[in-house]
Amino acid sequence: MSPSEDSSGRLLLSGNEAVALAALHCGVALGTGYPGTPSTEILESFGAWGGKAQWAPNEKVAAEVALGAAFARARVICTMKHVGLNVAADVLFTMTYSGVDGGYVLVVADDPGMASSQNEQDSRRYAEAAAAPMFEPADSQEAYDLLRTAFEVSERWHLPVLFRLTTRVCHSKSPVMPRFPVGVAPAQTGVPAPEFIRNIAGRVMVPGHAKPAHKRLRAKLADLQAWNEAEGPNRVERRSGSLGVITSGISYHHVREAAPDASVLKLGLSHPLPLKTLREFAGSVERCVVIEENDPWLATACRAAGLAVESKDDAIFRFGELNVDRVRRIVARDASPEPVPPRGKPPELCAGCPHRSSFEVLKELDCIVSGDIGCYTLAALPPLAAMDMMIDMGAAVGMGLGLRHVLPRDQAKRVVSVIGDSTFLHGGLPGLVEMAYNPPATGHVLVILDNGTTAMTGQQEHPGTGRQLDGAATYQVSYEAMARAAGVRNVVTLNPIREKARFKELLAEALRKDELTVFIARSPCILAAGRIVAWRMELKAKEAAGVTAGACGPDCTCGNAPGGAEEDGLDADCRAASPDAAAGLDKAGCGDPAPQC
Amino acid sequence: MSLNPLAPINVRFAGLGGTGVIKASDIFADVVFRLGRTVKKAEVHGMSQRGGSVQSDVRFGAEVHSPMIPDGACDFLVVLEPSQVEVVRGGLRPGGVLLTPADLDVARLPTAKALNVALLGRLSRHFDFPEQSWRDSLRTHFADKLHAANDQAFDLGRGA
Repeated sequence: MSPSEDSSGRLLLSGNEAVALAALHCGVALGTGYPGTPSTEILESFGAWGGKAQWAPNEKVAAEVALGAAFARARVICTMKHVGLNVAADVLFTMTYSGVDGGYVLVVADDPGMASSQNEQDSRRYAEAAAAPMFEPADSQEAYDLLRTAFEVSERWHLPVLFRLTTRVCHSKSPVMPRFPVGVAPAQTGVPAPEFIRNIAGRVMVPGHAKPAHKRLRAKLADLQAWNEAEGPNRVERRSGSLGVITSGISYHHVREAAPDASVLKLGLSHPLPLKTLREFAGSVERCVVIEENDPWLATACRAAGLAVESKDDAIFRFGELNVDRVRRIVARDASPEPVPPRGKPPELCAGCPHRSSFEVLKELDCIVSGDIGCYTLAALPPLAAMDMMIDMGAAVGMGLGLRHVLPRDQAKRVVSVIGDSTFLHGGLPGLVEMAYNPPATGHVLVILDNGTTAMTGQQEHPGTGRQLDGAATYQVSYEAMARAAGVRNVVTLNPIREKARFKELLAEALRKDELTVFIARSPCILAAGRIVAWRMELKAKEAAGVTAGACGPDCTCGNAPGGAEEDGLDADCRAASPDAAAGLDKAGCGDPAPQC
Repeated sequence: MSLNPLAPINVRFAGLGGTGVIKASDIFADVVFRLGRTVKKAEVHGMSQRGGSVQSDVRFGAEVHSPMIPDGACDFLVVLEPSQVEVVRGGLRPGGVLLTPADLDVARLPTAKALNVALLGRLSRHFDFPEQSWRDSLRTHFADKLHAANDQAFDLGRGA
């Protein structure tokens, strides 16, 4: 749907949409990333408005694809949530050394307060640790404007640039005055056409090349810092002389409301910090308070530079996001207990969700479940309470193996690793290889819950769905073939709803054996089933018309394509679910035709 | 509304994931925005959408800073799910307006799913926006085939 527009041409956009529109208007040649709340809608919107957008199997691959494009002088964005940057960190720490030839903006969305995340890590630490410039927009208009500045900085200093959003910037909507209409991708002036120019010393980071590269990086940062002091996207708002606030991002807006008379230094480029600007500002007010969410990163940097600043009480305000009330408390040095909001209703698995059935089986067999990240993590909550650990994407496999290696035999035999389809492809695949390479004495059981979509983040495609970000057909990865290729002999595909009894029986048998077994529990997400069946019908119609969809369709005889019988299970479920789902309804009561789950 | 003429009007929509909370707030924000006001809207997507508690804040006025409504500062609280009324009631300022399904004859809804639109109709009585701006916004947010039912639901709320 096109965004709301008022009579003056302003658009009402979320921060994510503003980044997407800016990317289109900056001539971004490629957007890549991995879905993760709160960042997911950036690439979806960019693709919907005409940009070339694609999902990678994980953030590391996405960051590498983007790097190749930036080596070829293109403008690229790469999007992920904060914990995704951990996965991409290996690329990040050395691509600042090599630098880039085009414009590279890595958009990272932090989640202070953990609305939908497993931790509240602060990506500003990455900017400092990896020596990457970091922009921090405060709202949608700034996200739109600063993305252009970020590309200009990236291209001028030949550096990949971090663009830090937070949940409230990503998902809040506010007015944006764009330079061009939605859907228009204007020709860029001054941006070179993609071209390969050999630069072995600059891009092959062996020690002999990396040593001078590190020195170049530090020199670039020093130069960028001087620019940030002189003409960076920072703003001093002079009001009261008695109270000054140093802030960035969404906190700026809370500050303006909570302390309307305070003078404010608002940072837009927070790494490298404009220390002279900070010093001048701190010296110009009687009392200077740093207001920041998450870690005391800015306050610590100010103090290290010898500035006399106050900061939040980290015993209280390091936890959770800030808001107007909390900023008032920080400014008032109020450390009294905060009001506790009444508990709302916790989320739960949808009625009819195939994960319910799978976890009922695991619970009935008293399994020790090494779990992973996705909708199915909700199985850890009562009444199921059938997941024993969840740490990071892909960890289900490794943690399960570790348990098996050391637990007494009677307990080791109960350990099962459980992981979703998209998460398996993201981070579980190396774990599968480890499982066959270093098998525990008691064997192991891995259950891949294949619901045909990346459900948790709002039903995105992935390499196992056979569809690209925009729904276009592509090669469909086979979990069965991957498990066999890794060295697992027992590979079972079944439907956890229709074949629940069989699942229980076969899982019990697998747990008794000292062998490796991979189960693919395949049944579509009931929210996505309508779309999946519509796509399958379209594909079949195309095949009937003689159009080959992907490189290797279901009828291919090369042996690597997903098998027919396994396909049928998904098909039948889709058909069963389709009358409601295709009509835009669903059985869980999630009323929107495209719920943002 | 508020004593400070510059203070924004704060409208919070609350309910459970899947009841149309986000959609209702999108429609309302759209109505206000198209009338040329400065609007901000805040919500959280993610876990909350799996049937859990959901709320979405819309603030508009001459000047809006934070997109999130401060504690106890809601001028209007529109609750789509009766079980959530007590959970969110504390967000309302003294004298603020609470709207719930109990304010409607829900038996007359064309479909249960149109409850959010009916409550928007009820909310519309508190603002002097042109009626057509509400109907236009409804049209841009739903498929054509739902327009008749939505008009009926909106009328039910606006007339209630």
